[in-house]
Amino acid sequence: MSANHIPAGGKTFVLGPVEQIPLGEGRAFAVDGGQVAVFRLRDGSLRALPAVCPHRGGPLADGTIDLAVVVCPLHQHAFDLATGCSTTGADNLRPYAVSMDRQQNLVLQLPV
Amino acid sequence: MTSVLDTPRTRLSGPEPSGQGPRRRLVVIGNGMAGARAVEEILARGGAGQFTITMFGDEPYGNYNRIMLSHVLSGEESDADIFLNSLSWYQDKGITLHAGVRVDRIDRFTKHVFSNDGRVTPYDILIIATGSRSHMPPMDGLYTPAGSVKPGVFAFRTIDDTRKMVAYAQHEHHRRAVVIGGGLLGLEAAYGLRSHGINVDVVHSAGHLMSAQMGPDGGAVLRRSVEALGIGVLTGSRTTAVLGSDRVTGISLRGGTDIPCDMVVVAAGIRPNVDLAVLSGLPVERAIVVDDRLRVQDEDDIYAVGECVQHRGEVYGLVAPLWEQAVVLANHVTGTDTSAMYLGSRTATKLKVAGVEVASMGLHGPELDTDEHIVFSEPSRGVFKSIVVRDNKMVGATLLGDSRKVAYLTEAYDRGLPLPEERIGLMFDFGTPDGDAGVGELSDDAQVCNCNGVSKKTLVDAVQGGCATVAGAMEATRAGKGCGSCKLLVRQVVEWAADGAVEEDPVANYYVPAIPLDKQALMAEIRKRGLRSVSAVFQALAPGGEDARSKMGLASLLKTMLAERYMDERDARFINDRVHGNIQRDGTFSVVPQMKGGVTSVQQLRRIADVAEKHNVPLIKLTGGQRIDLLGIRKEDLPQVWADLDMPSGYAYGKSFRTVKTCVGKDFCRYGTGDSTKLGIEIESRFQGIEAPGKLKLAVSGCPRNCAESLVKDVGVVAVEGGRWEIYVGGAAGAHIRKGDLLATVDDPEQVKVLAGRFMQYYREQANWLERTYAFVPRVGIEHLRGVIVDDAQGIAAQLDAAMQASVDSYVDPWLDRDDPQTPGQFRTSLPLTVLPQVPVR
Repeated sequence: MSANHIPAGGKTFVLGPVEQIPLGEGRAFAVDGGQVAVFRLRDGSLRALPAVCPHRGGPLADGTIDLAVVVCPLHQHAFDLATGCSTTGADNLRPYAVSMDRQQNLVLQLPV
Repeated sequence: MTSVLDTPRTRLSGPEPSGQGPRRRLVVIGNGMAGARAVEEILARGGAGQFTITMFGDEPYGNYNRIMLSHVLSGEESDADIFLNSLSWYQDKGITLHAGVRVDRIDRFTKHVFSNDGRVTPYDILIIATGSRSHMPPMDGLYTPAGSVKPGVFAFRTIDDTRKMVAYAQHEHHRRAVVIGGGLLGLEAAYGLRSHGINVDVVHSAGHLMSAQMGPDGGAVLRRSVEALGIGVLTGSRTTAVLGSDRVTGISLRGGTDIPCDMVVVAAGIRPNVDLAVLSGLPVERAIVVDDRLRVQDEDDIYAVGECVQHRGEVYGLVAPLWEQAVVLANHVTGTDTSAMYLGSRTATKLKVAGVEVASMGLHGPELDTDEHIVFSEPSRGVFKSIVVRDNKMVGATLLGDSRKVAYLTEAYDRGLPLPEERIGLMFDFGTPDGDAGVGELSDDAQVCNCNGVSKKTLVDAVQGGCATVAGAMEATRAGKGCGSCKLLVRQVVEWAADGAVEEDPVANYYVPAIPLDKQALMAEIRKRGLRSVSAVFQALAPGGEDARSKMGLASLLKTMLAERYMDERDARFINDRVHGNIQRDGTFSVVPQMKGGVTSVQQLRRIADVAEKHNVPLIKLTGGQRIDLLGIRKEDLPQVWADLDMPSGYAYGKSFRTVKTCVGKDFCRYGTGDSTKLGIEIESRFQGIEAPGKLKLAVSGCPRNCAESLVKDVGVVAVEGGRWEIYVGGAAGAHIRKGDLLATVDDPEQVKVLAGRFMQYYREQANWLERTYAFVPRVGIEHLRGVIVDDAQGIAAQLDAAMQASVDSYVDPWLDRDDPQTPGQFRTSLPLTVLPQVPVR
């Protein structure tokens, strides 16, 4: 199974208005007892990853992003926003599916 | 190094994956450079269709370039940069990697391997690539009574060794190290530790350094070069004991001399890891015995490769033989070329050791009466060249400090080229431009990059195909992407091939990685196009669009250039600059209120104490710049903490002007000659919050006793007798230590403020991103700076003053964000819900 494959039929969470996240930044959300970092890219698209850097626990939602990667603020490990793969040799992350509904709410899907 | 084998190196595609029958099981023990390279070669021959691959690695990582560990130690590379295959690579290739798992035993009859996680893994084909480990020569006191190596003693073999050494070397109490072993690795270790400011002595048992690679004369020249780096050298000395009961306090030498030290690095050679092979009943002499197909002697399905291997009596401890072995092994394992034979490697070393160019091949000196020995020695320049000729063929060479002829000599050595009548032509070029001749002499199929097997012709073709930069040609051919020791030669070949039309490698000069412009050209474009925001700059000038790693540098530059006309985009800032605090390792932030010139008041102290109490601040700490740091503040609490403090930000984060440290000065001090406190406060008031390419730490001392440590600050001011003030720039006392250069001596404090501001503005406009003044000042030169800043030699002084004034005028205390967040959720927590490692509370 490839890293960016999210099984369908997982749990769905509505996280509120997309405007909670400024363009080009990330914000962390508590979901289902865990923490998820949701990013709103400058082209308006959304990405979601686990909120904790696998290297030394850095807060990824505080990272700097572009259209491809997030760079952890603690030790500058980078992760592909779409696949969760580290581009700097850290462990990979598993991305979550995130989208927007008609009311412009963030919709996050966690795998089963 | 070139092998004697003659096998096609082209990557043939192997048998296509077929639907018929299950794939065979390939198990690889060892995930170092040899194991991973063997698997890469197998995959390149269609191995993925033939095998399901399982790898075991002792270390809990992907595969990394061990040769580069010395660069990690010296801080030239980060450890993340040396990974060859990250864990995702294995996943992508469908390889099962058991990282951090050790194989204990092979059952070669039932064809299973047993690992220390209790797993039993069957194989059809097995590859052993267990490598080697550091040799710990016998000496007293090496181990604690419990049997572990004494704290402070290090091997230099793995990434964990290296990380631990760096951490230990950066500990402030650790000032002195002894490196045991004056070979290649030992000198690299010494050089790396030296760059952390550690005093290092190298103890070497042979009579001269790098005794495996060169003779005594070359060793003597190398010794001079190494000593010039501030590294002590003791040759002909053997370490008999490590001193200290629970940690290292020194070593004892044979003959009774003791050398006190805080750490010991053992770099006294390597030993093949053969325990597993011995336990499993495989043939082991000095190492695991293999045939010309890299098959373990008398075993049909077991191969071995790398430093754990003995082939025709030879055991290699260098990387190139291992590349050559991996090719032959892969040809056999995949059935691509069953006639491939490995016949051994001729080893040549071509490296930069401790900053000194070293090349060595074949004999170190004459052995027969008829051998010719040509020697050139210029110890004061650290240059030494020695060539041994037998029967008009080159059989050995040593070059130190000047590697221009290395390419030609390596080829002459490998191929037995006819030599010039005048032997001196082997060592020097006459009447030809530098470098060109050496490269021109190379034949087309001479191998330039030994790691990736790139020939001169391949490089030349790349250049003629349009790769007119060194970086472009390297990217296109993979040349220079292995150990990197051939980079100089790659550059020479590219320059030669481009026939003078080579474009200067620009990447190194880019201000930020995403935009192919140096700082001055970038500033000119920004001005010309009237760009005012980071996103506009990306859109107009970045070929690949937005880039996370370029954002902070661009934001800083635009703010410097445009002051209040800058259109701030918060996502372009680093988190520190988004929330105006310094992010700490547990994701909390530290808050440092402004305390101009280090002066505070009862009211301030009381308020800080109240705030610390109210918010349960876990640690209150005085900073190096005379301020009070409240550590461990949660992001979501920052606005309330600032509001409760009701003091301006002290800028303990960010690449900006931070603080002015002062001494008491003349009001109280018996020696003070100038009012340093007053001047410090004035400087801090004027320049608060100014962005710069790196942080700026200043100081003012009231007399030459320098209690404020002004001589090691980015800008330091010292009051001297007669009411005059000295201004020093480019000092540092951090990771680098440098005494500042005297910029000017002036008569009054107003002039200090003008010149300091003018210097800072020039630095802001001219320095590279993240280039601190201690690098910038020596780069442009103090005379140049004096000309521009003091004498206005370029006529830009008024311009600099005006630009600085504009930045000063646009200052707003960022902590006012507390009442008016700039973005939604600016102070929303990003911490995970689990408990993080706590910042220790004393």
